Amino acid sequence: MKSLLPLALVLGLAMIYGIWYQKSRGRIKSKSPAATATPTVSPAEIGSDFGSRVTLLQFSSAFCSPCRATKALLADITADLSDVHHVNIDAESNLELVRRLDIRSTPTTLILNGNGVEVGRAVGAPKRDQVIAALAGVASIK
Amino acid sequence: MQNTKENIFGDSKVKLIDARGPRFSAGITTIVLATALVTHSAILISIQLAIFAIGALLSPAKTPYAFVFKKFVKPRLTGDVPTEDIRPPQFAQSVGLIFAVAALLGSFFGISALFTVAVGFALAAAFLNAAFNFCLGCELYLLIARATKR
Repeated sequence: MKSLLPLALVLGLAMIYGIWYQKSRGRIKSKSPAATATPTVSPAEIGSDFGSRVTLLQFSSAFCSPCRATKALLADITADLSDVHHVNIDAESNLELVRRLDIRSTPTTLILNGNGVEVGRAVGAPKRDQVIAALAGVASIK
Repeated sequence: MQNTKENIFGDSKVKLIDARGPRFSAGITTIVLATALVTHSAILISIQLAIFAIGALLSPAKTPYAFVFKKFVKPRLTGDVPTEDIRPPQFAQSVGLIFAVAALLGSFFGISALFTVAVGFALAAAFLNAAFNFCLGCELYLLIARATKR
């Protein structure tokens, strides 16, 4: 029997990280950009028009289980909303955009207003009620 | 309304497995790696290395742990079966395999620190997966792609 110290250290640090991970993943962080802020992305870059009020821009990857669930959730929420678009793009084939927007893990979902300016982001799979609340908080620009 | 530039989940050929299987396997992996970390056992790491290799190269659903899950655990579970893409757990098994190889090299060449660090990282990942449903591919893959690809 050798020392128990490495085991205690690994499990202790992993426990702290795990609690932070569980609390932070999926939480939507709002941003309040200046009224004059330039668009975060262009429609050409994401291969889609912006929603007239909100665009939910999801970054996914193949080695990511919650990406699939997030895609289904956001597609379901936005299905009946004509002024909200959901765009799911492959992070790996859009690395330039990923670096510029500092996307570090998948799924990451950006909430863009009608001008394409980021007003919030969720790292990890967001919860349904939080997405609905966040959508309600974005006013129409036009 | 939904628009997709690249529907990366549109591929119907993607294989889906019971999502509880990999998490159960991560639980057993945690116990095996924790024991290996304390006892510095090269034999335990060799066994776990072989299991990681099966999970990474064949399928996470073909390991002995997955067999135990299917045979003894799954029949006792009720409710809806949550499914997941096979690729995320396969990616995690590949990362585990790399750490197990490093640990075994450490053991073989008498580099005790290499063994401890490699087993420690693998243990942390397995524990986080079992206890917090941690998704290694979500956190690690994009960082690797960002660092290595143009």
